[in-house]
Amino acid sequence: MGDTSRLCSVWLGSETGILKGVSLSRKQAFNFCNTSHLSRDQEVRALCWGDPAESELLVGSVDGTVKTFSTEKGSFTETRRCGDPADGCFTGLAVLRGSALVSCVECGTLRVWKEDSSEPVTELSAGKNVCRMRQSPVHPHKVATGGKENGLKIWDLESPEKPVFTAKNLRDDWLDLRRPHWVRDMAFIPGTDKVVTCTGYHQVHVFDPSSPQRRPVLEVEYGEYPLTALSLTASGDTVVVGNTHGQIALLDLRKGLVRGCLKGLVGGVRGLQCHPSQPVVASCGLDRFLRIHSLEDRKLQHKVYLKSRLNCLLFSSRDLEEPAGEGGAQEVKEEEEGDEVWDSMERVEEKPKRKTTEEEEELQKKKSKKKKKN
Amino acid sequence: MDITEVPVSQYNKGKKKKTKTPKKKRVSGEGNVEGGGVETKEEQEEKMEKSEQAAAAFPPSFSVSEIKNKQRRHLMFMKFKQEKRKQKLQLKKKKKKEREALGDKAPPKEVPKTIENQRVYDETTVNPEDEEVAFDEGTDEFCSYFNGLTNPKVLITTSDRPRGRTVRFCEQLATVIPNAYVYYRRGLALKRVVPQCIARNFTYVMVVNEDRKVPNGLVLCHLPDGPTAHFKVSSVRLRKEMKRRGKEPTEHSPEVILNNFSTRLGHSIGRLFAALFPQDPQFVGRQVATFHNQRDFIFFRFHRYIFKNEKKVGIQELGPRFTLKLRSLQKGTFDSKFGEYEWVLKVTELRDTCTESFVSL
Repeated sequence: MGDTSRLCSVWLGSETGILKGVSLSRKQAFNFCNTSHLSRDQEVRALCWGDPAESELLVGSVDGTVKTFSTEKGSFTETRRCGDPADGCFTGLAVLRGSALVSCVECGTLRVWKEDSSEPVTELSAGKNVCRMRQSPVHPHKVATGGKENGLKIWDLESPEKPVFTAKNLRDDWLDLRRPHWVRDMAFIPGTDKVVTCTGYHQVHVFDPSSPQRRPVLEVEYGEYPLTALSLTASGDTVVVGNTHGQIALLDLRKGLVRGCLKGLVGGVRGLQCHPSQPVVASCGLDRFLRIHSLEDRKLQHKVYLKSRLNCLLFSSRDLEEPAGEGGAQEVKEEEEGDEVWDSMERVEEKPKRKTTEEEEELQKKKSKKKKKN
Repeated sequence: MDITEVPVSQYNKGKKKKTKTPKKKRVSGEGNVEGGGVETKEEQEEKMEKSEQAAAAFPPSFSVSEIKNKQRRHLMFMKFKQEKRKQKLQLKKKKKKEREALGDKAPPKEVPKTIENQRVYDETTVNPEDEEVAFDEGTDEFCSYFNGLTNPKVLITTSDRPRGRTVRFCEQLATVIPNAYVYYRRGLALKRVVPQCIARNFTYVMVVNEDRKVPNGLVLCHLPDGPTAHFKVSSVRLRKEMKRRGKEPTEHSPEVILNNFSTRLGHSIGRLFAALFPQDPQFVGRQVATFHNQRDFIFFRFHRYIFKNEKKVGIQELGPRFTLKLRSLQKGTFDSKFGEYEWVLKVTELRDTCTESFVSL
């Protein structure tokens, strides 16, 4: 088991409670679960890395337990109870420095758990119907929450009494009617304080806590179905959103324009993530497929059938195609050599091309002269 | 096929032209020598006519559509077609003879290309031994029906103000599905109907949509917690319009046959249909409802077995018959705005991929 789990570069949690690992270089998918006692209570709702080295995977399931999966050993090592199943399922999991665990459930209680203690260290209420909780990649003690009729709130876990930022609802529309809000997913834009959210009313909003304005500073609409998932690209100026009809689009956050759409999905999107270093985005959802698109030409690169509906997905930060085995490494080297050959060829190509054309012209001229002479 | 045929016909045309042109030349040559006599001209015309009657022959760059006279064009075209058919028959005969001559050594017959056998293998095809899929299916929304805990109870309604065929279609559907009730829609919103149905222990809501007095859509919503499927309905044939139909169906619960639902999506759709009917068919009624899937079109037929003697059995169609095509499958009860879709038909993307053999059920 350990050998297979070390290969996997994408991890997925399914509705049947199975943790799945996919190795793209080998084009194989593995199930990490005891198939003898499957149950829907184990349905995976949240995934996150337990440590920066990515050797531990935290799996949050519907029955309120968080299981630790070791990618080194390829098995579940630890199970701890984080909250009551009656509170609703997990909407987000995160790890603080010093192996503290942050969990958030649907009813809105956000708890910080220290290791080896059954009682939470801090507990705060983020309002009802929380749809998602996300942690800032730069400041790990900052988390954002949001949900149905529950606007975006940014919390500093070191001072959990009051949220750092609370978003204001949108301005009433032209009929002076209140506009409903429903945050479905959010992400911190690296390098700035800004947070981007997507809503169930097919809008994408950018909030800027550093400015006095509490309403969104940018609003983009995409499609006509609820947006369910969102992911920022590595550069941070483009956001990938997916909706319930399986439409995925790249939106430019500078002007709020649609850059392009990703094709091939047939069912609603549940999870989206961009690779931290490579220009690829992975999507999973109700159609039971993991799809990996290139962000550059927006082509489908991989498509893996995983048999169950998929809830969430997590990339490991190492290169996708780079396998752990030695044989694979050699292959990669060969490819690199090939690239070098091509690079050198390009250099040679550019200059002589013009020359050849010139030469040809000269030759032709000479020929015509000769003909004239004749 | 076209590519192979066209050169053959051209070749033949060319041949005829070759045989014809020397004649012409000879004639004209003779005419020139004799100094353009009247007789020769007549001869020439006669010969031309003969050659035309013998075989519809054209110069190579000549097409039938260039003929301006309609009658003539029609005549020539019919001749051209006849010729083509003849050639085809000859070729067939020749092949058959060759086969007979070779006897046992004859090469095996080519399998005809059909859309079915051109289908690209679908990786979601369900393997009956797969534990994970079996678990997924065993614990889905239909498990209470398949475990025998619930009995189906179906509500059939239509879009607002149904007319003509739609009303009769609903009535006939209610005779096919046991324990089905037809209700007038009364302008109610479907999202309000669903909770009331759940409260009254219905397991299905079936809504027939009509356009220009013809049923054209079907929403099939499983209660209490989904899924909801949306179908396109076409070629509806009611009982009255059918030839050689049997007497009215009885109230026995029919046997259900589901054909070709092989992929994962097909399985969920098959289960959706299966759960419409009571689980234990009353074979005394000899009635059978068939859902046959072919190239994503689901054909519905309703038959009765006619046992002629101990060995022979025939079937008699009772009607109605119709064809369904899946548009979308949504998780949860009907909610077209905020519901999550498990599968949506995307026509534009299909067109891009250009795979006619794309089948998803």
